[in-house]
Amino acid sequence: MMRIYLQILRNEFKTLLRAKWVLGYGLIFLLLTDTLFRFAGGGTEVWISVSNIMLLLIPIISLIYGILYIYQSRDYLELLLTQPVNRSTLFWGLYTGISAPLAVAFIIGAALPLGWHGGITEGSGSQLLLVLVLGSVLTFIFVGLGFVMGLWFYDDKIKGFGFSIIIWLFMAVIYDGLIMVIIFLFGDYPIETGIIAVTMLNPMDLARILILMEFDISALMGYTGAVFNQFFGTYLGTIASFGMLGIWLAIPAFAGLRIFRRKDF
Amino acid sequence: MIRINNLKKAFGLHQVLKGLDLTIPAGQATGIVGPNGAGKTTLIKTMLGLVKADSGDISINDIHLNGNYNYRRDIGYMPQQAHYPEQMIVSELLQFIEDLRGEEAVYKHELINEFKLQPELQKQLRVLSGGNKQKVGATLAMMFNPAILFFDEPTAGLDPRSSFIFKERIQKEKEAGKTVLITSHIMSELEQLVDHVIFILEGEIKYYGKIEDLLKENRQERLEGAIAKLMEEPA
Repeated sequence: MMRIYLQILRNEFKTLLRAKWVLGYGLIFLLLTDTLFRFAGGGTEVWISVSNIMLLLIPIISLIYGILYIYQSRDYLELLLTQPVNRSTLFWGLYTGISAPLAVAFIIGAALPLGWHGGITEGSGSQLLLVLVLGSVLTFIFVGLGFVMGLWFYDDKIKGFGFSIIIWLFMAVIYDGLIMVIIFLFGDYPIETGIIAVTMLNPMDLARILILMEFDISALMGYTGAVFNQFFGTYLGTIASFGMLGIWLAIPAFAGLRIFRRKDF
Repeated sequence: MIRINNLKKAFGLHQVLKGLDLTIPAGQATGIVGPNGAGKTTLIKTMLGLVKADSGDISINDIHLNGNYNYRRDIGYMPQQAHYPEQMIVSELLQFIEDLRGEEAVYKHELINEFKLQPELQKQLRVLSGGNKQKVGATLAMMFNPAILFFDEPTAGLDPRSSFIFKERIQKEKEAGKTVLITSHIMSELEQLVDHVIFILEGEIKYYGKIEDLLKENRQERLEGAIAKLMEEPA
């Protein structure tokens, strides 16, 4: 089982590296961090900017790549499924084989410029770590969502892509708008706890808040920021946030696995 | 030995297989015929586990197909349309499948020689012609020397010479005691390759038996005429 998994993983890595665009993807982050270092001079500002772009870019690229992969690999999937291979093993091999190189490209791209910009300055170590971890987690979550959409709309690519973009748009833009509307409408009531709960349901928001907290810029958010700080700033808040991210990691992956195991190819 | 019991499969509202019963003894060469959409490919894909049956059961070499996957070690499958990962190089693909199965492909070189695939080995699969892709498919199906072989319209894209070589190979596999299952629309080809025939119409088996018996029953000289007659009969 493990041997088969590793074979599939190795083959995915090989194929992705040959396609070269993963290198381009890493290069985007490399140029980004490098440029920011040159303009902002280093420290917190660089990582805030990187995280801002990462929070938008990683989900959409991972999502599109996940779904594209399913659509492009139909024949490959069929070929593998006719071999003595377990469907679950195959799924995990493909899923991690796609997600991991993307995450690695991001990590290397974003962190490499540190090498010629003076390394990690005091206090920025944990910030860097958080940005890299969140970027990787988002990669896995959204590749998983892409797999789910691709398998769900296996024969209807237009629908698959359409819904994927809607999911991204919803999580990246519309969701925040809805929260704003709720705060605006019910601002007079004690809804902070509810808002915190709602925020945690969106992985992109969750990541954004964790970054806000880590960089200590929640003060910019006024009263809400203070409430958030009270919750997310605590030990319990941190555990709850990462727990929630863990759940978010599991949901698309296992939903994809479930569809994959029952699917007719 | 393949045993199928009351196999049903629907895609949406369309009932493709309507309670199929079938026993194919080991070592028998069988042709599956029927009009387009009759369920031939679905039947083969269900036996391979690519398609999940709604109900009924299948056992292959006494292994029940219930989430099991090791039985596929005994099956070689050549699909109707041979599509493979485009970026991959032919030799890499063959090696990858060998590594995946953790098994030496005993007939790899023999098949590459027979199908004259050497000049193609270092090419990417996307630049291969349709016929050459099919030869790769045939190589993949037979190189591990499996006891059961499924061919889904195998000669459709082959030139006459390759087609001839392919049929010679099938004869050899038959003589070696393999269970061979072929779907085809070319009746003359089936006459050469198989001795039993299954006629499927709208998801049901209308005839299953020896070709010679079918010819006698329908007073026909050729399989084509006999099958045409079966198709004309009211269902």
